[in-house]
Amino acid sequence: MAALEEAVLDGNAIGGMLIELFGTEMTTAVGTCGVCGTTGQVAELLVYRPGLGTVVRCRVCDNVLMVFVEVRGITCVDIRGLAHLA
Amino acid sequence: MAGTAVRGRLTWQTATVGTVTDETSTVRTLLLDVPGWGGHQAGQHLDIRLTADDGYRAERSYSIASAPGEPVAITVERLDDGEVSPYLTQDVQPGDEIEVRGPIGGYFVWDGDSSDSVPLLLAAGGSGVVPLRAMLRYRARIGSSVPMRLLYSVRSLPDVIYRSELSAEPDAVQIIYTLTRQQPPGWTGYARRVDAAMMAEVAWPVAQAPLAYVCGPTNFVEAVAADLVALGYPPLRVKTERFGATGTP
Repeated sequence: MAALEEAVLDGNAIGGMLIELFGTEMTTAVGTCGVCGTTGQVAELLVYRPGLGTVVRCRVCDNVLMVFVEVRGITCVDIRGLAHLA
Repeated sequence: MAGTAVRGRLTWQTATVGTVTDETSTVRTLLLDVPGWGGHQAGQHLDIRLTADDGYRAERSYSIASAPGEPVAITVERLDDGEVSPYLTQDVQPGDEIEVRGPIGGYFVWDGDSSDSVPLLLAAGGSGVVPLRAMLRYRARIGSSVPMRLLYSVRSLPDVIYRSELSAEPDAVQIIYTLTRQQPPGWTGYARRVDAAMMAEVAWPVAQAPLAYVCGPTNFVEAVAADLVALGYPPLRVKTERFGATGTP
């Protein structure tokens, strides 16, 4: 379990990818969890990068907020776990 | 529009490696010449992309080690099982070209605004000291009088990055080490992992409305941030940056 926990990053680590996808600095954007309603800056969210893609989870309830997977140069973005992102 | 970069959009660009400086036996600082670099803030990072002959690509993020206004520098710790850091710490030579994009990040930054001259607590685990060093250099560069205190958790004195530079900081900047694995004879400083008692001794009193920046391996950052919040620091005043698994400083 320790090894798994150590693989946890935070939203700072995906700042570059988010700028490429959204066209602007996103680590200070505020997201609202679609399950527990917690709000927080993207920089503070839990980030897992298991190799296949990137999974972003809520720090409070562990809900999956965002998933990014790159396939043949195209990045698929799933942000259904967020109630709000601004 | 093909081939035209969208204004303000972050793109990969070619940087040329300049001076390379050994910081410790496993850590190096690389100066990077990035044409058209638009400047950066203290605490920001950049991404580096290496492409192998067979097309395989690996990307990593590195904190910018230099202050705003200084040439871009990164400090890289070699991870023996790493894909990128062995190249950057052993093979790369001045004049080599690498792909970079940046600067990145708006959260873990210190803008040096003197109107918010509350004391800063900087807490580093291992190479987590890199973005905090950029803040210390920026403080000196702009002549800021903001009191800063750096708590630096590191295995042993020979593992301290920027050791001579840190020892030359003025009195208003306090450097506090905790040497977690090996201490020199006669060492009177901390010699254990960061814990609640240590944070209670080192952290600025909450009444001074301090701002904290914590950077290091995930478990270090979680421990320090939790201790600070327990001491009464508002969570929004504790800025954190985790870089995952790199052992235990």
